[in-house]
Amino acid sequence: MALDKNGIAQRIAQELKHGYYVNLGIGIPTLVVNYIPKNIDVEFQSENGVLGMGPFPFEGDEDADIINAGKQTITTLKGASFFDSSTSFAMIRGKHVDLTILGAMEVSETGDIANWKIPGKMVKGMGGAMDLVASAENIIVAMMHTNRAGMSKLLKSCSLPLTGVGCVKKIVTELAFLEIGPTGFILLETAPGVTVEQVIQATQGNISVANDVCEMSF
Amino acid sequence: MINKTVPNVTQALKGVKNNMTLLLGGFGLCGIPEKAIAELVRLEVMNLTCISNNAGIDDFGLGLLLQQKQIRKMIASYVGENAEFERQMLSGELEVELIPQGTLAERSRAAQAGFPGFYTPAGYGTEVAEGKEVREFNGKMHVLEKAFEADFGFIKAWKGDEAGNLIFKGTARNFNPNMCGAAKITVVEVEELVSAGSLDPNQIHVPGIFIQRIFKGTGYEKRIEQRTVRSKT
Repeated sequence: MALDKNGIAQRIAQELKHGYYVNLGIGIPTLVVNYIPKNIDVEFQSENGVLGMGPFPFEGDEDADIINAGKQTITTLKGASFFDSSTSFAMIRGKHVDLTILGAMEVSETGDIANWKIPGKMVKGMGGAMDLVASAENIIVAMMHTNRAGMSKLLKSCSLPLTGVGCVKKIVTELAFLEIGPTGFILLETAPGVTVEQVIQATQGNISVANDVCEMSF
Repeated sequence: MINKTVPNVTQALKGVKNNMTLLLGGFGLCGIPEKAIAELVRLEVMNLTCISNNAGIDDFGLGLLLQQKQIRKMIASYVGENAEFERQMLSGELEVELIPQGTLAERSRAAQAGFPGFYTPAGYGTEVAEGKEVREFNGKMHVLEKAFEADFGFIKAWKGDEAGNLIFKGTARNFNPNMCGAAKITVVEVEELVSAGSLDPNQIHVPGIFIQRIFKGTGYEKRIEQRTVRSKT
């Protein structure tokens, strides 16, 4: 059975390592905080200027001056810090943030990503996404494998305006965990109950299957 | 001590005219210069170029200037929360330049720090890099981005003293410190204005040298865009 959004977040959380500073994008990535492995310490960075982001505040404790990049009220944990936007992007551009997890509308077999604009339909802006994808060494994309019409979003080349070129390394969808290699997508793991054939069918870009392909374990 | 205080918002915005370029701090509605925006609405200055990370919501923040069609051009990184903005943009009434958030911060800081421009990897290979000089450093491509040139900068800080020294609170800090001293005239509004010597010099986030005018605002609304909470049970 294909994963739901929480399942995607849960699989991504397995990629977290002790000591990581992590930037989470809006949407599915936000759910990753619910599945952090118990034996590791990680800190979450929000590009509007906080490191050490905690859970939502208790009702009545919300503070308009303490929000995340999704403009949601948040709390901070022990060891947290606040800083200005320039410092925040120094952390990002300067590769001090270890892992970036963000959503995408399309990804290409060469690691291009599109997630900020649908010409004539939706123009919201790139926010911090272009800075994040241009600089991060370790980017995991959380996305649906196909759109509502069943068309693949893992493509030979992106049809939408790009956010970044050749930057995506790993992708987790409702169907699979994939990597980008020299010849395109590499299928590493299938979602529970999903076959290798199903993943290949749902992928428009060039895809190869890893020798040790297996089912995700949770 | 050089005293930077002005008695009220009207004095603080003296000299603001039609066709000017303004820098405005804030992320979403967090840390926006509420009082300066209200005064810009009252002054009815038109044809403005506004540089700010977001464009407010329909009935607050920069959305108030959009309602009166006072903005000719908006430079921002994310504008997803404002229906009137989208309408004016799609109809062509409003010119919009969307730029990466880190680039927006650094173009402000470059203006503050006297750099004419800088190279950044953000936006290379995308629409953002079109028409801009690109250059390779250590095998990676970068885009040349230029410092902002603005007439007024409107800043919101938490506490300030008469000398213009500033302290910010929480994530209301955001672009505010980077925009201090990035325009010809920097105007700061604070929730608490104290006498010089009341703030610990070790704790100052922005020194007063970057500030021309400071005033105390009252009755801050501080609207929350996404009120997210968890229950105690």
